Amino acid sequence: MSFNRIYGLFLRHFFLIKSSLPRILDLIYWPTIQIILWGFISLFFSTYSNYYNNTLGVILTCAILYDFLFRSSISFNMLFLEEIWSRNFTNLFIAPMRISEIIISLVVTALIRTLIGLVPAILITSPLFGISILNLGIPLLFLFLSLYIFGITLGLFVSSGLLRYGPAFENIAWSSLFLLAPLGCIYYPIEILPDMLQTMAKALPLVYIFEEARSILINQYVDYSNIKNAFILNIFYLFIGIVLFYYSFRQARKKGSLINIGE
Amino acid sequence: MQYPIDVKNLSKNYSNKAAVKNINFKINKNEILGLLGPNGCGKTTTIAMMLGLLKPTNGIVLIDGEDIEKNRIKLLHKMNFISPYIELPKKLTVKENLIVYGKLYGVKKVLLRIDHLSEKLRLTEFLNKKTGELSSGQKNRVSLAKALINDPKILFLDEPTASLDPETGDFVRTFIEKLSKEREMSILLASHNMDEVKRLCKNVLMMKDGLLIDRGTPNELIKKHGKINLEEVFLKLNRTSNEF
Repeated sequence: MSFNRIYGLFLRHFFLIKSSLPRILDLIYWPTIQIILWGFISLFFSTYSNYYNNTLGVILTCAILYDFLFRSSISFNMLFLEEIWSRNFTNLFIAPMRISEIIISLVVTALIRTLIGLVPAILITSPLFGISILNLGIPLLFLFLSLYIFGITLGLFVSSGLLRYGPAFENIAWSSLFLLAPLGCIYYPIEILPDMLQTMAKALPLVYIFEEARSILINQYVDYSNIKNAFILNIFYLFIGIVLFYYSFRQARKKGSLINIGE
Repeated sequence: MQYPIDVKNLSKNYSNKAAVKNINFKINKNEILGLLGPNGCGKTTTIAMMLGLLKPTNGIVLIDGEDIEKNRIKLLHKMNFISPYIELPKKLTVKENLIVYGKLYGVKKVLLRIDHLSEKLRLTEFLNKKTGELSSGQKNRVSLAKALINDPKILFLDEPTASLDPETGDFVRTFIEKLSKEREMSILLASHNMDEVKRLCKNVLMMKDGLLIDRGTPNELIKKHGKINLEEVFLKLNRTSNEF
């Protein structure tokens, strides 16, 4: 494992971001709009709903957490797509980079991209809505970490598809999280779902993460079993994601998709 | 004797097609070997297998005596590649691109290396320009700089002068010629420019439908086929024969 090579691939994306103000603004714009939108919806519900009574920040906090998940996954995919769009893919794979180094570099770069977008959005919630996500306290760190692991796991799944099937898989990259969002129980408790979907939802770490966020904000109670369940599932899916990525790379070498991935 | 490149019984089959059929060749130190053939004959597939981008169905590629399939990462440090079909990120400046690839290849003192290559390849004046804003001749020289950033012992050149004006084309050819002599490189040159191949290559391989159908020095091939130049040999072989 070479730090130099990991840093090199990070630099490739850092140079790209820092040289373009529109790119930075784009990273900040969507999370900010999302938070403002959900801020007002949250204000409305806290006024008219018993469930959310006195818990002004529940929806907004969940919106921020979901956006963090969304941005980390999309950031991971974007780093991969950038290489395809710029026709730089082959150059990358003839450089002496191990797959593990590529994954680590993308994980670190995706985190930085995500934070560029999300920190300003978090900062505006306090002056605009009088809410701070930091009210979740120390467990917030665990929730963010858990969401981040799941975000990059989804990124690994989608990137594996891109490796194997090329840009044809691009639409899946954009829609992957929307497919999971209804089952993630982001804004509502799991009991809302029909029984069959509840079983499926319980296989996702998202349910435990958002259940925990609501538990802390509504009941002022930290249930570490939710955090534990989320981590166990995350480790399981991350393992599958990494194995799948390696497998796709091997398949891409067999099928020749590393040569003509831009087509 | 151990060759820098030794290709043995190399084949690649896709589900319903054999792209490369049992080819054998070696490249010596300080040698530029030409690889000629019509589009789709298997040149790129062959190069991709030599670079470890593609897994051969059969056969072996030895780089300095080591199997590329078993030591891909280690051997890629010694190699590099340039092709008009692969680009560097357009939004990065020339210098940023070279820094990135310097890091990826583990080059020590990467800025000094960039200065050295910039001088040799006449890049200094546009080092801080975005790569996408360069002319095709300038981009080509930048790609060449990227391909030389790790001071490779083995270089794969896929149509290195395609779409270049005559002056830039000549500059690149002269540069490759010098490079091979000064750095004792082994170079595989795939090209459709027969004059270029005749000027640069000591030996030439002719490919058709995944097979190596002939080989020799340019002059040997011209004489053997009773033609006046390499282009005519190429035309003759591709119109009539697919046997060695």
